[in-house]
Amino acid sequence: MQAGAVEAGTGRLAENIAYFGRALRSAGLPVGPGAVLDAVAAVEAAGIGHRADFHATLQAVFVKKREHMAVFDQAFQIFWRKRSLMERMMAAMMPVAPGEPDKPRQEALRRVSEALYDDRNRAPQEVEQQKMLDARLTVSDLEVFKRRDFEQMSAAEIEEAKRAVARLVLPLDRVVTRRMRADPNGLRVDPRASLRATLRSGAGGIALKFRAPLTVHPPIVALADISGSMSRYAQVFLHFLHALGRADRKVHGFVFATELTNISRALAAHRDPDLALAATARMVRDWDGGTRIGRALSDFNRLWSRRVLGQGAIVLLLTDGLERQETAELSFALDRLRRSCRRLIWLNPLLRYDGFEARAAGIRAMLPHVDEFRSLHNLASMADLCRALTGEPAEAAADPRRFRLPE
Amino acid sequence: MSSLPGSIDETQALLKSGSYVAERGLATVVFLALKMGRPLLLEGEAGVGKTEIAKVLATTLGRNLIRLQCYEGLDVSSAVYEWNYAGQMMAIRLAEAAGETDRERLGADVFSERHLIKRPLLKALEAGAGGAPVLLIDELDRTDAAFEAYLLEILSDFQVTVPELGTFRAPHPPIVIITSNRTREIHDALKRRCLYHWVDYPDAPRELAILKARYPDVPAKLARQIVHYVQAIRREDLFKAPGVAETLDWASALVELDAVALDPALVSDTLGVLLKYQDDIAKIQGTKAKDLIDRARAEAR
Repeated sequence: MQAGAVEAGTGRLAENIAYFGRALRSAGLPVGPGAVLDAVAAVEAAGIGHRADFHATLQAVFVKKREHMAVFDQAFQIFWRKRSLMERMMAAMMPVAPGEPDKPRQEALRRVSEALYDDRNRAPQEVEQQKMLDARLTVSDLEVFKRRDFEQMSAAEIEEAKRAVARLVLPLDRVVTRRMRADPNGLRVDPRASLRATLRSGAGGIALKFRAPLTVHPPIVALADISGSMSRYAQVFLHFLHALGRADRKVHGFVFATELTNISRALAAHRDPDLALAATARMVRDWDGGTRIGRALSDFNRLWSRRVLGQGAIVLLLTDGLERQETAELSFALDRLRRSCRRLIWLNPLLRYDGFEARAAGIRAMLPHVDEFRSLHNLASMADLCRALTGEPAEAAADPRRFRLPE
Repeated sequence: MSSLPGSIDETQALLKSGSYVAERGLATVVFLALKMGRPLLLEGEAGVGKTEIAKVLATTLGRNLIRLQCYEGLDVSSAVYEWNYAGQMMAIRLAEAAGETDRERLGADVFSERHLIKRPLLKALEAGAGGAPVLLIDELDRTDAAFEAYLLEILSDFQVTVPELGTFRAPHPPIVIITSNRTREIHDALKRRCLYHWVDYPDAPRELAILKARYPDVPAKLARQIVHYVQAIRREDLFKAPGVAETLDWASALVELDAVALDPALVSDTLGVLLKYQDDIAKIQGTKAKDLIDRARAEAR
């Protein structure tokens, strides 16, 4: 494209850069009109020489964060590969870009091709799907989508749900720490700031400055069951955890099926949720395995609770509670867990059934030892959880005592 | 003031002279920390003797021990320095009464070292009797990440900046020992500046040596049985295994009770000295108790 575009005049090049900017935006990069103008100016200033120079020029303008590099690289490869616009679009429509994409970048690649694919002219057979996507955005259908069970969603819908999780209004709960911050409406006098202000203003009394206790988000410790029956819910739940961790909060994540794995580091390693989840998946060896909830919780208590439950942590436990053996161990471990944390919330997708009753032995063993009992099977229940964490009083539906069977 | 040890063996001997029986790995890392002037971060279960190292080093090297006990909400005014507000207020009033109007001079007087209250970290930067002091930052995991970030400047440059006054720099860097019980992960940036050692439970011969060094009057046979018994319960699946501190407490309790050998009733009555969780006690008290004592007796022989 290099020579051709320049000869055709800057207008054409600017237009192409604008298209490219839009593609980047839909792939998740924060690219505004200002950045596009900067990019055009930068390309004019640098001139178009080698492809590598051109890449570096655009990257300098469009990429402001390290984690956006992978997305940008893939978009650049696809977008600026062929000479004519037509060919470029054809290339963009290929489901997988030719060449040898690195394995870790597969996720970024998928998003880029989706973004390019959505933005440009579509092949006729895709129009119907487009309509379907549009239809989903009407208000009533959006409600239906929010209420659809994760388990019944198609792969594409799960992707849509994961994006919705990233847009969720996250809980605003804050706990008071013993540290102070300057606050004009505070109730305590800040002697040091007062004296400095006094000296600054000169004589005439003491200028009082105030301070108030600093508040922070309490840390969240999540334990997710990833055994066969739970893996769909766990996937979306891990996305939720990633979103929580991005919002200025300490999040410790653990997953278990037959063994307990600490995934906190992997979860926090990437800002991009897909890369983070891929890193997590590489750590875990027992996806879709059987489950030993009691064993996993005992291990957590013994090895991790003292290390992660300080600072008033809230524990989210995602499991269906279907443990057949070792219910005594389960009951004991959960009791200890509840005593070690500020609030223990059990998230159980089985609650989605209207006629849910606590009949299974595992569920009966666990129920007396949790503070709240909620469902987590669709986007609406996830939003409920966020509201509950924000500090609104727990509704009667979340009270675990509701399900206790008469002895 | 005794000079710093010149080798790992000398370090081990130095600690031994303060009745601290250190394993080779610990002696090595202490030697390196002294030699390289780097802070030493010690992690381990409660009661394995992390804090004790700082105390023993201060005593044996003849240095001052400055201890900063961390807690939630620890801030600059209680860890580093604070202004004496009452004194400053008085200075302002006096200046007003004397008709002092030069604001520069008034400021210099109010924010002078006279009104500065030095807290442990700032004190540690001053040369004490016998050389730079030993600074013990105890249970760092109890404070928050913000305080840890503040420590970075002190631990890498051994200097503190008081905005109103200037920068304090240590003529000789203090010997810094940081301990953590791991109730929270210490940030990598801080760990990078320190030498790290995980203080583990001692093996039987070393635990016996520790017991003998601390309580020479425990009968030899009882001491052996105590150590082997404690070693045996540490192998059980407990929520909190007893540390060395508990072993020493137990030994002193048994001596108080005039015991000469372990027997099931005695162990059962005093188990609360060793184990602090009811389910752990229940687990050991059951049928296992006699079995464990028999084994400890056999091993002690």
